[in-house]
Amino acid sequence: MSEKDPAPKAAPGINAEVWEKITHRPEFEALLAAKRRFIVPACVFFLVYYFALIVIVGWFPDLAKKQIGLANFAYWFAFSQFFMAWIVAWVYTRAAARFDRLAADILGEHTTPDTDKK
Amino acid sequence: MTFFPLLADIVPDAPKQSPAALMMFLLFVAATLMITWWSARKTSGASAYFAAGRRITGWQNGLAVAGDYMSAASFLGIAGMIATSGYDGFMYSVGFLVAYLTVLLVVAEPLRNLGKYTMADVLAYRLRERPVRAMASLSTLLVSIFYMIAQMVGAGVLVKELLPGVGFNTAVIGVGALMIVYVVFGGMLATTWVQIIKAILLMSGSLFLSVLVMKEFGFSFATFFEAITNIKTTKDGVESTVNFLTPGMKFKDPLDQISLGLALVLGTAGLPHILIRFYTVPDAKTARVSVIWAMIIIGLFYIMTTFFGFGAAALLDPAAVAANPNMSAPLLAKALAGDLFFAFISAVAFATILAVVAGLTISASTSFAHDFFTNVIHHGKEHRPGEEVKVARITAFVVGAASIAIAILLGPNINVAFLVGLAFAVAASANLPVILMSVFWKRFTTAGAVWGLGVGLGSSILLILIGPTGMGENAIFPLQNPGIASIPLGLLAAWIGSLVSPHEPGAEAKFSEMKVRAHTGHGAEEAEPH
Repeated sequence: MSEKDPAPKAAPGINAEVWEKITHRPEFEALLAAKRRFIVPACVFFLVYYFALIVIVGWFPDLAKKQIGLANFAYWFAFSQFFMAWIVAWVYTRAAARFDRLAADILGEHTTPDTDKK
Repeated sequence: MTFFPLLADIVPDAPKQSPAALMMFLLFVAATLMITWWSARKTSGASAYFAAGRRITGWQNGLAVAGDYMSAASFLGIAGMIATSGYDGFMYSVGFLVAYLTVLLVVAEPLRNLGKYTMADVLAYRLRERPVRAMASLSTLLVSIFYMIAQMVGAGVLVKELLPGVGFNTAVIGVGALMIVYVVFGGMLATTWVQIIKAILLMSGSLFLSVLVMKEFGFSFATFFEAITNIKTTKDGVESTVNFLTPGMKFKDPLDQISLGLALVLGTAGLPHILIRFYTVPDAKTARVSVIWAMIIIGLFYIMTTFFGFGAAALLDPAAVAANPNMSAPLLAKALAGDLFFAFISAVAFATILAVVAGLTISASTSFAHDFFTNVIHHGKEHRPGEEVKVARITAFVVGAASIAIAILLGPNINVAFLVGLAFAVAASANLPVILMSVFWKRFTTAGAVWGLGVGLGSSILLILIGPTGMGENAIFPLQNPGIASIPLGLLAAWIGSLVSPHEPGAEAKFSEMKVRAHTGHGAEEAEPH
């Protein structure tokens, strides 16, 4: 299946080996590691938090109906999802600012600007 | 089915139209046509037509994403569902926002860095262009058309209710014609501004409605929650008090809820009409900022469904709500602030539908022109300058006309809610797995992408056909929502398809380059100069 790969849209002057080398630079590896360290746990956290709502509402009706102040637990937990989403998004924005700086450092060191417009 | 659909609409003794509602409809139509005219004058070239020149700012795109996403199903449908089924309706609201975390954390930035106009650009970056683009384009067209038919039928029913005297067919043709004009003449720029205006109208309408509801309760949350946990209903002549915050008034099977939740949370990040919005901004950082704006707006909107959804349950006559749940938000507006506000909320609902169908039309036509026409048929070369845009314009017209025809053929009584569910299921089972694998898995192959897209698409459709929606009582598949089965099937097919097909040295060689570009934004498509 692979003989007919399309001509890569590679940048003139930068071949596969150069790209490969960039990915092994410690700066680039640090960027990927930093992203992974943030994004993987963040995804696990929000998925668990969201599906916990459906599980509690579906299989633990007594807990869901428990009255807490003005409303029941199910409502408060659903309401808290909005703030959970906003807080995760806000924390990500802060982390991403750091990723942007790391990426800018890598670009500044290893490529010449405007080499490869498609 | 009459042969001349329009004739059926001319009813001699139609009830008198509300002049205020008609005026507001016309005002919105006039404003959006002005924008289209202005966009058409500014738009020249492919990147201007397909991606608004990539010069939309973060907050503008955030509003436009919100406007693209919050359909009439969200506004009227969820308000109606909360008004009749209480808490279970509110569960939908939650999923629609949380879904944006998937968009923010994993999809928006690599997509913006690697692509040009469509979702398929990301797949074609290192896989063989023609098979993956053909499949991705098929998936995009199907998702967009399912979703659009649901919106068009909804629009027809709604306009008929809101403007008595205007029939279903006239309404469908009117909405269809407007969306064709926006997209054919104004391209992405006009579509974006229609979506921005709609988002602003929807937010102000919802806010005003929520404030009016709270005013009824003396702006006291205690009184409000007291009221919605003790709503008097009459069922079969027996009066009872119902706590509308108790789960389970509508949904009986928690597994079906898990399945729906999966389709929402994973499907939003695979909806083609949402994804292409990230190509309209200058860079990945702005794409990120626009998701944040969209999340603020979408979150505030769905929190407000508490007030106008439960508020409708507490304040309106339950019989009137049950008779037509989708009208509960406009009816609440009428009850609280009279005809003028009813007219405004009606115009907001109308704007809501138009903005969504315009977004769907442009995503379908962009994918057909860019993926299928230019890259599959013509091997990535434009024969004449401007050909791709021309094909997109023709496609927008054809897709629009086809949706009008299908919506009229199906008629107002068809249940279209499942079409929206189907669109999310396909997006989650077919689109998202292959996008993620092509960005994060080196060994991923063209065969894997084609298998993943095909199985995700096919299994979603099949499971809905053999489920309760398609077969009623005799359903072979027990759940309404196919996600819990079709998502693993799509993932598995993409994975096995890759492992059983030979290595693609070309694709693997480009993995490093793609990784650098996806994570640093090097060489990403740039905004047009001013």
